[in-house]
Amino acid sequence: MTNTTPFPRPVRHHSLFKRAALTACLLTIAPLSMAATLRIDNGAEPGTLDPQKTSGVWETRIVRELFETLVSQDATGELVAGLASRWDLSDDGLTWTFELRDDAQWSDGEPITAGDAVFSLRRLLRPETTAHNANLYYPIENARAINAGEAAPETLGARALDDHHLEIQLERPTAWFLQAIAMPEAAPLPEHVLREQDERWVIPGRTVVSGAFTLSEWSPQDHITLEKNPQFYAADDVALDEAIFYPLEEASAALNRFRTGALDISYTSVPGGRFEQLRRELGETLRVNPMVAEYFYMFNLRPESPLSDIRVREALNLATRREVITDQLLGMGQTPSYWLVPRVTAGGAEGALPTAQMAMDERMARARELMQAAGFGPNNPLTLTLRYNTLEDHKKIAVALAAMWKPLGVDVALINTEAASHYAAIREGDFQLARYGMVATIDDPYDFLGSYTTGGSSALSSGYHNADYDRLVEQSSETIDPSARAELLTRAQQHLLDDYALLPLYDYVNTALVSERVHGWAPTPMDVHPLRYISLEE
Amino acid sequence: MTSSHGAHDTHAASGSAPADDNHLQGGGGPNPPQAPVAQPGESLAREAWRRLRHNRAAMASLILLVAMAIICIAGPWLLPWDLAEVDWENFGTGPTLANQHWLGTDANGRDLLTRTLYGGRVSLSVALVATLVSLVIGVLYGAISGYVGGRTDNLMMRFVDIMYSLPFMFLVILLMVVFGRNIFLIYAAIGAVEWLDMARIVRGQTLSLKRREFIEAAHALGVRDSKIITRHLIPNSIGPVIIYVTLTVPKVILLESFLSFLGLGVQEPLTSWGVLISEGTSNMQGAPWMLIVPAAFLAVTLFCLNFLGDGLRDALDPRTR
Amino acid sequence: MLSYIAKRLAMAIPTLLIVITASFFLMRVAPGGPFDGERQLPPEIEANLMAAYHLDEPLPMQYLRYMGNLLQGDFGPSFKYKDFSVTDLIAQGFPVSLELGGLAILLALLLGIPMGVMAALKRNTTVDYLLMGTALGGIAVPNFVIAPLMALFFGVILGWLPVGGWNGGALPNLVLPVVALAIQQIAYIARMMRASMIEVLGSHFIRTARAKGLNERQVIWRHALRPAMLPVLSYLGPAIAGIITGSVVIEQIFGLPGIGRYFVQGALNRDYTLVMGTVVFYGILIVLMNLIVDLLYSLFDPQIRYDD
Repeated sequence: MTNTTPFPRPVRHHSLFKRAALTACLLTIAPLSMAATLRIDNGAEPGTLDPQKTSGVWETRIVRELFETLVSQDATGELVAGLASRWDLSDDGLTWTFELRDDAQWSDGEPITAGDAVFSLRRLLRPETTAHNANLYYPIENARAINAGEAAPETLGARALDDHHLEIQLERPTAWFLQAIAMPEAAPLPEHVLREQDERWVIPGRTVVSGAFTLSEWSPQDHITLEKNPQFYAADDVALDEAIFYPLEEASAALNRFRTGALDISYTSVPGGRFEQLRRELGETLRVNPMVAEYFYMFNLRPESPLSDIRVREALNLATRREVITDQLLGMGQTPSYWLVPRVTAGGAEGALPTAQMAMDERMARARELMQAAGFGPNNPLTLTLRYNTLEDHKKIAVALAAMWKPLGVDVALINTEAASHYAAIREGDFQLARYGMVATIDDPYDFLGSYTTGGSSALSSGYHNADYDRLVEQSSETIDPSARAELLTRAQQHLLDDYALLPLYDYVNTALVSERVHGWAPTPMDVHPLRYISLEE
Repeated sequence: MTSSHGAHDTHAASGSAPADDNHLQGGGGPNPPQAPVAQPGESLAREAWRRLRHNRAAMASLILLVAMAIICIAGPWLLPWDLAEVDWENFGTGPTLANQHWLGTDANGRDLLTRTLYGGRVSLSVALVATLVSLVIGVLYGAISGYVGGRTDNLMMRFVDIMYSLPFMFLVILLMVVFGRNIFLIYAAIGAVEWLDMARIVRGQTLSLKRREFIEAAHALGVRDSKIITRHLIPNSIGPVIIYVTLTVPKVILLESFLSFLGLGVQEPLTSWGVLISEGTSNMQGAPWMLIVPAAFLAVTLFCLNFLGDGLRDALDPRTR
Repeated sequence: MLSYIAKRLAMAIPTLLIVITASFFLMRVAPGGPFDGERQLPPEIEANLMAAYHLDEPLPMQYLRYMGNLLQGDFGPSFKYKDFSVTDLIAQGFPVSLELGGLAILLALLLGIPMGVMAALKRNTTVDYLLMGTALGGIAVPNFVIAPLMALFFGVILGWLPVGGWNGGALPNLVLPVVALAIQQIAYIARMMRASMIEVLGSHFIRTARAKGLNERQVIWRHALRPAMLPVLSYLGPAIAGIITGSVVIEQIFGLPGIGRYFVQGALNRDYTLVMGTVVFYGILIVLMNLIVDLLYSLFDPQIRYDD
């Protein structure tokens, strides 16, 4: 895997391990009242803590603490050994073998076996489970048919060779498969518990878990409390005794609580309008990091849309001053984007819009020419409708875009709706230009590029179709060698950009407030911060 | 602050009370005749206007309100900036005389004064129309329900209960789906919910009034029900009605911003006071003028409405006639 | 009286039935569904979700299924909060909203009524202007402006009170949200109270009472207050139903686990079962509150009877 993240990833967590271990030692001696409790603002109330039914980071953040995956992530986001101590891929790229640790136990003392892992994968692909990310596992033999209800879950290409060896058979080589295995969805589940009760089983007092923490309290919209799991295989390294998650939705509410010391970490984004001032006031505790997420406008490319004309699409891309949006309107450190795959993403997808390097007046001149060639100009304006979902920042950007395109003779009618209507309109292709944000599920370019391949969600919405592009994305997915793959990814992305299939605006950043008391918290592009590496200063 | 009732401190004339001597004397006490004489409509209005003219606070408020409306309608033509015009040099700058943005700019570099005046057109007209709708429907509905009573009252009030209980957001989205995006829909949607409170209040007053001697007398004299309702019941409920109207206006103006949130209200670049205020709230600490400017316009309007309301109440009070 | 109550309660059933039916279909006309979000789901997965929640059936079928479940007291699981049933969510959140809203209403009555009466008695004096000016401020400044300012000032700057959180309903945590909720209600009640008090004080029977030499306090508290309460009472029915079911603004700004958010977010997320749960719950409260108000009318004004 090519690492394109701009920040260093030293193996610093070894010292953290020591510190954590030390803290743990001290804690065993220290009186009970010294219990280390981390208070985290989670940004939203989880809809579920069933690892296979989650749909967002506000759920997986907690789920990852409860259920350990075969392949885990360390404090910097690198894939490391989890319940599996080692793994191996066959030369043809089709057979994965995972060797499970032999000291891993469920929180009720039962051993964690390869059978649990197989059970979990089958459950994940059963249609009744309604896993949102089931498609990440379609490369497994028969998985797609099972998920469509056309085959029995038992026919899945996953089997336990013995209690500690799991074999997964793929239909085709898949470069990003290990990323999928590191997702909470694929975490082994306690078969002995779920055979009794499969619905609403992640409930305090009833849940049997494999992770560093157990679920001890869940009061909806108020808080969720996790307690250290003494059965966890690396329990000795876990410094925290307890973690409380609060579902704060209001940025200013979270900020106020953080400032009064009632929170140690806050993941609710900081109030946009006061970012500069906050950066001065909060200093090091305000953490801003690039994120594997992209903000762009989707073009409707269908023949009846005026945006089916590539000249118009190029002109709009040329006349968009992305720096104004990132620096003047947002100002949180977002970076202008001329691509679909955020630059921080692993995998090395390069490529940019051909216009990225041109000077602004050159761009405007060219844009005017293109519009004229397409038959539009100040005397014959092009009327476009632009959709965005209601949010202050989306509004600012939409208003600025309309003003930027005005000199080209483009009259933009702005339409804002609440999110559900907005995304329904996108799904049905009922738009000309629509704001869109893509947040990665896995840290891989396929998550972005795949959506514009025929049958992918963005292709279905926008009407994009390019057979060469489809072929390149498919090839890149099946190419295991990192550098050969990076080249294919870059070529694929360049196809999409040469077609001006979208209007990229910026790469997202994530913001977090992290108290100085917190040690072992590191920025990661996927915003994953396992608590087992975190400790609190007294 | 000037007196809102400076010119006349009446209420000394004979009049009907919302409750009568029964409270005092355990029933059966002498009940003096108290039917306000029904006068021809025109002179009634003229009379009320004469009274209102003598109320300095109310008149000053009326003039200020009219001025506010004129400024909002005409002002934008006189200002150097356009509603949607972006000043790329001045994003979110405070009030200053230096750059012709006298009251600052919004986060998109658009002139705040210009936008506030445009917003005033929307908010004032929403307030006017929605309040009128709620007034007319609510008052008539409530008066009829209370006066007719019995099964009719029960049915009419259960309809009100139903309207209260329907999820407002879906009602609004339905309107949008059926009629498309249309600013008049805002008025309709807001009017459609705001009459409910008014209907309940007027019904309550009517229930209390209808057993009064002056109503029963009118009834015995063969006065038509419709006339009893419009000439006796409604004028005698005018106090609470007017107060509730002045309370409805701010509610309506802020509710409009919620509709804009859903996508039914005004669409950018057009704006309204409610939208400007909620935008301003998110910038409250970094750029307070974005909240203060539209909020000040709203506050002035509300204060004026309040004094005008008090004045109107006195002017229309049937007992002081 | 009892037969009237019985009749009204009997009427509640068809009323709620209409509310449920109308809401059910109203909700489904709105574009978008519970699975429309930023992450567009692949068609296969969306089909699985639709099937699991029976959304692939014809709408009338779904309606019958819903009504069938409802008759057994089952509101179904929330679409968004999958680990909880709608009943659980409302049962866990309502006590919080009720406590906050109940205290806010109590505070509003305790302050609003005396303010209104005082202003009416001291009509057109500085006291009147001060009281009514304050009330007007409470009306003009929306709670989404005042609540964050209060949290900032009393919580962050002065550090007197917690800036948010429920904390099991500890008193310090209640103060700011209750006050923020009450401000507008105080203003409404004071304004309405002043107006109707002025009206009542000018009426014949009060002048009779005064003429009889009753002292002013007796006149006001014994004879004027109750009839003057009528408009406030009419207003309070629906207002109480609204306030004790929480406020999404207050809950979000202070991070409180009430049910106000479900009314707004349920609709925004197209969480159909949760929306229906809130509609039924709110409908019952509205029917009950308006019944109580109608009964109280005759207590406040004996002339009001419903026997015809």
